[in-house]
Amino acid sequence: MCGIAGLIHKGKTVNIGKELQDMLQALKHRGPDSTGFALYGKGNNQGDYIMRFKVGENVAEGSSAVNEDKSVYDERRKLVDKHIRELGGSIVNDAQLTPYSFRYCIKYDKDLMEFSKRIESVEMTEILSLGKSLELVKDIGDASVVSKQYGLDKIKGTHAIGHSRMATESGVDIRSAHPFWGYPFSDVSVVHNGQLTNYWNNRRALENKGMRFMSECDSELIAVYLAQKMRSGASLQDGMQDSLKELDGVFTYLVATKDSLGMAKDTMAAKPMVLYESDDLVALGSEEIAIRTLLPQEIDTYDPYDGEVKVWQI
Amino acid sequence: MANLKNSKSQSMGLHKEVLAGRTQQVFFNPEEAENFFYYGAYDVDFNKRTEIDAMDLTAKQLNDKLHSLMKEGYGSVVIKNPQGKHSLGVGILNKLNLIFEGSLGYFGVGSIDGPVVRITGRVGWSCAENMMAGKVVIEKNAGSCFGAAIRGGDLICKGSVGARTGIDMKGGTIIVGGDAGAFTGFMMQRGRIIVLGDAGINLGDSMYDGTIFIGGKIKSFGSDAIKAKITSDDISWLKRKLKVAEIGSDFDLSKMTKVVAGKKLWNYDALEPSEKKGAI
Repeated sequence: MCGIAGLIHKGKTVNIGKELQDMLQALKHRGPDSTGFALYGKGNNQGDYIMRFKVGENVAEGSSAVNEDKSVYDERRKLVDKHIRELGGSIVNDAQLTPYSFRYCIKYDKDLMEFSKRIESVEMTEILSLGKSLELVKDIGDASVVSKQYGLDKIKGTHAIGHSRMATESGVDIRSAHPFWGYPFSDVSVVHNGQLTNYWNNRRALENKGMRFMSECDSELIAVYLAQKMRSGASLQDGMQDSLKELDGVFTYLVATKDSLGMAKDTMAAKPMVLYESDDLVALGSEEIAIRTLLPQEIDTYDPYDGEVKVWQI
Repeated sequence: MANLKNSKSQSMGLHKEVLAGRTQQVFFNPEEAENFFYYGAYDVDFNKRTEIDAMDLTAKQLNDKLHSLMKEGYGSVVIKNPQGKHSLGVGILNKLNLIFEGSLGYFGVGSIDGPVVRITGRVGWSCAENMMAGKVVIEKNAGSCFGAAIRGGDLICKGSVGARTGIDMKGGTIIVGGDAGAFTGFMMQRGRIIVLGDAGINLGDSMYDGTIFIGGKIKSFGSDAIKAKITSDDISWLKRKLKVAEIGSDFDLSKMTKVVAGKKLWNYDALEPSEKKGAI
């Protein structure tokens, strides 16, 4: 089933990590397998890239990942560091958040695709996000578990999207969890509720254009599809409009960039979405109870219509 | 509470169980006033009124509380702070004036038979699913599957409704003051839908029977849904229904588009199922 949520504050920075945590916790019943956050803040103020990556999987209870000796994580991390230096980048600061996941601030001014390919050539290594304002975190467990594990309730920012996952077409692991980074596009992330039925046709076409897929989760296709559209010069809105015609299936998805948040609903309108919009805040959720965590007072909400695409700016 | 007595068929030894409820076999006797009430229905007084604050209650706690109040004879109940929670006010097989001051989540007031409900906010998916009788008025918008499979009563949304409104409905009336989403009236079998605004794609797709009235634009018709001529009987019925709904008093009913089943899709020949099997 899955639950998705998003919010954007116009012209205001708030405790976005805590707000999204509360929204996703309210949607826990829609998918308790894993939870993911894509939070957009000011970055490190130096204009450096923030890279969130993992070198292994969480093998906690319920995980479908293969257990590995933790000693290999340090070796993989050393290889990542070596690649960054060889590519001409430098690590400004680094943090190890779990035995298998890291957050780096990096100075780098060359091609992101080449960079990503080299980093991900290290076994079991995946860049969860790369951008100047995006902090993408996902792991097994509900919103409060993941938020506590990564200290997300302290993160400030303007907008965010998130996902509570009911695993259906792929395993319970971090690589299949949402949000998906719009590889190799800086600061793009996607969450999705639904099923895509022409996944393999589209995936093969995108792979032929050099795009990479890290999972077999159909939702990853939307992130890569939109990234490819924007890489070809399309605006976010145009890319989303095209997705309604070219992606087959039932879906409602949210996409975020460094300064915008978008929503698209397929023409069958088979997946839910409730929307609240005011002059300074837009909040969306698979169910109204997610929005109610932000706005307990009486508010006007509505369901976006079939085939509707909306984009908001910060 | 109804006092069920042994029937003639039981005295003849045809069966032993005590039957109850409209959906089961009831041996009706006009002499027995209690036969007009459900087994489990309560005799309530509309002048006996109370309030519940739902802020800290779960759906089950609130629904249990409602039944307790009806048992105590309360006929008017106001529920404050419903907070968009799911499955509130379901399974009320009783006369009752019920007011929600706020919005409901999914499956609000489902499977009801008899109450008059007013919701001052919006409702999520599948509001009043399987409603049998009564009246439900929503002051704002409604989500998808509004009035799914209803069999009777008046279900009114003064705002707009989502996709698949009236899906599989088998009776009753759905009235919408605003627009309706895709697949409105999908596979409907009976009853009527009135939409004063626009309708989305595939209106009345695969409808078996029933009637849809659309006041605005229709994005596209679904399979086997066709236009029909609006009659003077239709106009007078629409006037009555919109008055009940307290909306559209100044709406020009002559502009309505009437949509019915073409009956070509499901009734395309007179073959029996066994003959169809043979043909395949």
